[in-house]
Amino acid sequence: MAENVWILGITMTKFGKHTDKDVVDLASEAAMGALADGGVTMGQMGIMAAGNLMGGGGVGQQIQKQIGQTGIPVYNVANACATGATALRTVIMSVKAGESDMGLAVGVEKLAGAGLLGGGGQAKHDGNVWAPRGRYGAVASTDGRIGTDTMPGTFAQIGMEYGHKYGGADFELFARISEKNHAHSTLNPLAAYSKRFTLEEIMGDMMIAYPNTRPMCSANCDGAAAAVIVSETKLRTLSLEQQRRAVKVSASILTTDPWEEACQVLPDVNTLTRNAAKQAYEAAGIGPDDLDLVELHDCFATAELVHYDNLMLCPEGGAVDFFKSGAPWRDGSTPVNVSGGLQSKGHPISATGIANVWEICHHLRGEAGDRQIEGAKVGLAHVIGLGSACGIHVLEKSAA
Amino acid sequence: MTDTATTNGSQVPLVDYLVLADQPHLVANRCTSCGARFFDRRNACASCFATTFDKVDIATDGIVRAFTIVTFAAPGVTVPFASAVIDCDGTSVRGNLINVDPDPAKISLGMAVRLATYSMGADDNGAEAIGFGFEPA
Repeated sequence: MAENVWILGITMTKFGKHTDKDVVDLASEAAMGALADGGVTMGQMGIMAAGNLMGGGGVGQQIQKQIGQTGIPVYNVANACATGATALRTVIMSVKAGESDMGLAVGVEKLAGAGLLGGGGQAKHDGNVWAPRGRYGAVASTDGRIGTDTMPGTFAQIGMEYGHKYGGADFELFARISEKNHAHSTLNPLAAYSKRFTLEEIMGDMMIAYPNTRPMCSANCDGAAAAVIVSETKLRTLSLEQQRRAVKVSASILTTDPWEEACQVLPDVNTLTRNAAKQAYEAAGIGPDDLDLVELHDCFATAELVHYDNLMLCPEGGAVDFFKSGAPWRDGSTPVNVSGGLQSKGHPISATGIANVWEICHHLRGEAGDRQIEGAKVGLAHVIGLGSACGIHVLEKSAA
Repeated sequence: MTDTATTNGSQVPLVDYLVLADQPHLVANRCTSCGARFFDRRNACASCFATTFDKVDIATDGIVRAFTIVTFAAPGVTVPFASAVIDCDGTSVRGNLINVDPDPAKISLGMAVRLATYSMGADDNGAEAIGFGFEPA
């Protein structure tokens, strides 16, 4: 039987614009914060995993050079928007395997003012000669000629596809999802944006890719998050206070998308999320009805809708009714993105998959202040990195 | 590889899976083992791992299964445009919706469309590139 693993310490920096801090400053702040939160030091870490997509690489060693070089292995990981969850899971696997009894996972990004990301954000130029290039033998850039490579456009189509399949998903419904998350963000002092928007303001804002207007898109910002993982055996040797605040990792799952018709035409973010959710619920021995709160990957308002269904928070095809029932609001039956989600808390890519775990832990420890979900015992954190990778962590409050 | 030296007056397709015949159409690489269809150059089948493929013509009529209207894109991309996923008789195809205003009032999910081609202009050698999209049927 593999070792149970716990989160001993975890923290996130304020998300937003940190003009006076570089990537290593932000990562160090989060890492030292997580170590202090867990009451441990770098000297006790047996492994480290770190993620940073937009920097020059090797961020793990750069962090060590600032906060502690002890010779432990570092895994620098990259998995698009699931990078943070991948770093966390890398440390969890090491501890579960018994190779180390404690480890540190860090995710960090500097993205403020970055604009469109990925292939859809790169300038396009045609050559002087129509010469075929690449796997499609394209004689010119296909972005904008054969569909869109932009993330807002890709995820817009993903939401619209759900509407085509099940009906009821229109511009106003997607805008109302965004209205919820922006309303939730007003209680989160670490969110990049904590302004409440009216439905009219959201629908009337700049259109990016119909039906996603600007406030319906995740906010590029700077930020970092870090977590200390500990084995159950080691945890039992620590103080009662450390044991009381520790949060159990009941499931840590990472999936990629299995081949399905159309998955190489429009990314299929559904199948791999549904597979990850099934595995997570089975590993944790809990069901979606047991969840007191969920942080899911609302990179765009159109994405949040499909993940209600993929995470089985509602019957298949029932995401529109689930939202309309009020269930995902913070006073509803399954609060979703009480942090404000990526649309308002912000999305510093590599930090996101640890920051959403921090949000869950914050509630399970009863430390979430004004936005505390009272009596929260079980939560789920989900991320999707397009390409694709899906990370799900199910977390449970300590019984101690 | 395709010969890239084109001559004055010739036409080249935007992508190699667009066939410029009397009836322009798309063609996919079909796995001879499981039937999975792909538009790119293949190393093996992502579904069943087999390595042999044949060519299959894709239906030119279809319905809009998903769309967006992109109003904000990278420099060099003309906006607005309508991007869509078309269900062409069971094979999903990515393409722009053309010969229709990129306006949510003019485009709907489930809308019937058909393949259409257009000129992208001539290069320095006088070769004309031909693009494709889907127009209301």
